[in-house]
Amino acid sequence: MKDLLTSKRFWLMWAGYALFMLMWYGSTNWLPIAAFNRLPGPIEVITEWVNPDPFYGISIFTAPYYTHILYSVARATTAFLLAVALGVPLGILMGWSTRFNEYASGLFGLLRPIPPLAWVPVAILLFAQPEAAVVFVTFLVAFFATTMNTFVGVRSIDKDYFRAAECLGSSPTQVLRHVIIPGALPHIFTGLQIAMGAAWFSLAAGEMIAAQYGLGFLVFESYNLIQFPTIVIGMATLGLAGYISSALIRVVGKRLMQWREQALGMEG
Amino acid sequence: MNAGLAQRNPEASSTRGVMAERPDVGKLSVRNVGKIYDPEGAAVVAVEDCDVEVEAGDFVAIVGPSGCGKSTLMNAIAGFDTITSGEIMLDGVPLASPQLAPRPGPDRVVVFQHGALFPWKTVLENVTYGPMVQGKLSADEARIKAMGLLGECGGLDRVADTYPPQLSSGMQRRVEIVRALMNDPSILLLDEPFRAMDTVSKTTMHRHLLQMYRLCRRTIIFITHDLEEAVFLADKVMIMTSRPGTMKKSLDITLPRPRATDMLTSEEFRELKLQLSATVHEEAKKAFVRGEREQA
Repeated sequence: MKDLLTSKRFWLMWAGYALFMLMWYGSTNWLPIAAFNRLPGPIEVITEWVNPDPFYGISIFTAPYYTHILYSVARATTAFLLAVALGVPLGILMGWSTRFNEYASGLFGLLRPIPPLAWVPVAILLFAQPEAAVVFVTFLVAFFATTMNTFVGVRSIDKDYFRAAECLGSSPTQVLRHVIIPGALPHIFTGLQIAMGAAWFSLAAGEMIAAQYGLGFLVFESYNLIQFPTIVIGMATLGLAGYISSALIRVVGKRLMQWREQALGMEG
Repeated sequence: MNAGLAQRNPEASSTRGVMAERPDVGKLSVRNVGKIYDPEGAAVVAVEDCDVEVEAGDFVAIVGPSGCGKSTLMNAIAGFDTITSGEIMLDGVPLASPQLAPRPGPDRVVVFQHGALFPWKTVLENVTYGPMVQGKLSADEARIKAMGLLGECGGLDRVADTYPPQLSSGMQRRVEIVRALMNDPSILLLDEPFRAMDTVSKTTMHRHLLQMYRLCRRTIIFITHDLEEAVFLADKVMIMTSRPGTMKKSLDITLPRPRATDMLTSEEFRELKLQLSATVHEEAKKAFVRGEREQA
């Protein structure tokens, strides 16, 4: 804790936040541009956010706020877990078997560049109900990120580790367990962080188009209802949710890769 | 940390002492081995008519310029790659031939040029890996054997719970040699293991390697291009030349064992080193002339 308070990084971080708030305040209050004056300022947003009796009906004291959060978190988590459960094994298989990679990589190259929003109509047609469609769109981007990073992770493992494992008498499943999975883990976790970020990104977009609840829906609905501070509350909550989920992945990754932590600590 | 095991000082347990008995296994025969890459297309001859005979328990160094096929030969013995002619036998059993699919195994463990300790496993997990995945030892047995061997190799038992990237490259290489020895291999294949090291670390590594060889004698194939290192460590130095890669000459090293650092300044050592360097130079010149002729 003492380290935290004396560390330069910690203070610079807060200085960054303060600067942002000041610029926000300044642009809405001092700039003589009409477009900026329509936007809610930081004080307006924060007083609405922590208001027990909010003007537009959404604050940390109201139940609907948490319903929106819950819906978004549940969708993001479902999509993310599905992406991990399917993407990691697929990526490993692609990295492991040259033949399988030849089948899969062409298809991946074509499907991956399609923006998630372009999938929305197809997803609605496919699943007939919006809930599954939103999760599907969210899943897709997370899945591509997870698979590609796992694949790169397996491919980047030094050949000598495979040779050493064979020399020491490993069976193919032992190679998988002791070389491929731990060796690809750093890349897999990079992939998971990218996947989580991408998941929130396309989740919000999907919710704007095809949902009744959720933070993305909240943002868009408040826009339609001209409830400007609530838009910003929705945005900020999305930002926080994304930040917390990435941090969780980092913590899990650190626990699983202590060898890396130690090694990096040595260099620093 | 392991306070139970005596911490040994590498200086105290010097390379002087009694040599271990010659082992029963580890007789290697490489006969007329050839390797052509891309036989249908470019047909690059990496190795041709290569013959090596190594008695069980001998320490053989193979020297030669880069690109002479040392690694190709090593990969063939280790079972990483195929050969296109000839055969390699270990104690009378064929290991490699054009008909035989290459198969690495714990009877021929390689210590790699750039090191291949698993960075995600601790020193102890690395060292016990071989016997455990083969199901030869239980976790407890493997740990006891590992701690014993690590301790004998200059007090490495003290770093048993450390991850390899935290160790110096010299320590990493020693751990890797211990990991190989844990499998009781018939042959230890060392592929320029001290290449990237400075002179001082190299000397320390030589002392450790010689001590391990003295305690735990195996057939060792040591690939290097450092002639002094080859003379100091080996019983026999084989000289490989390029265009095509083949064994041209060999030199018996008559220095007594166990070897000690003070031999480096002896008249006999100097004589052998001169002889070796003259031979290498002569062969390199011939190979160069052959190369010029090919180009013409």
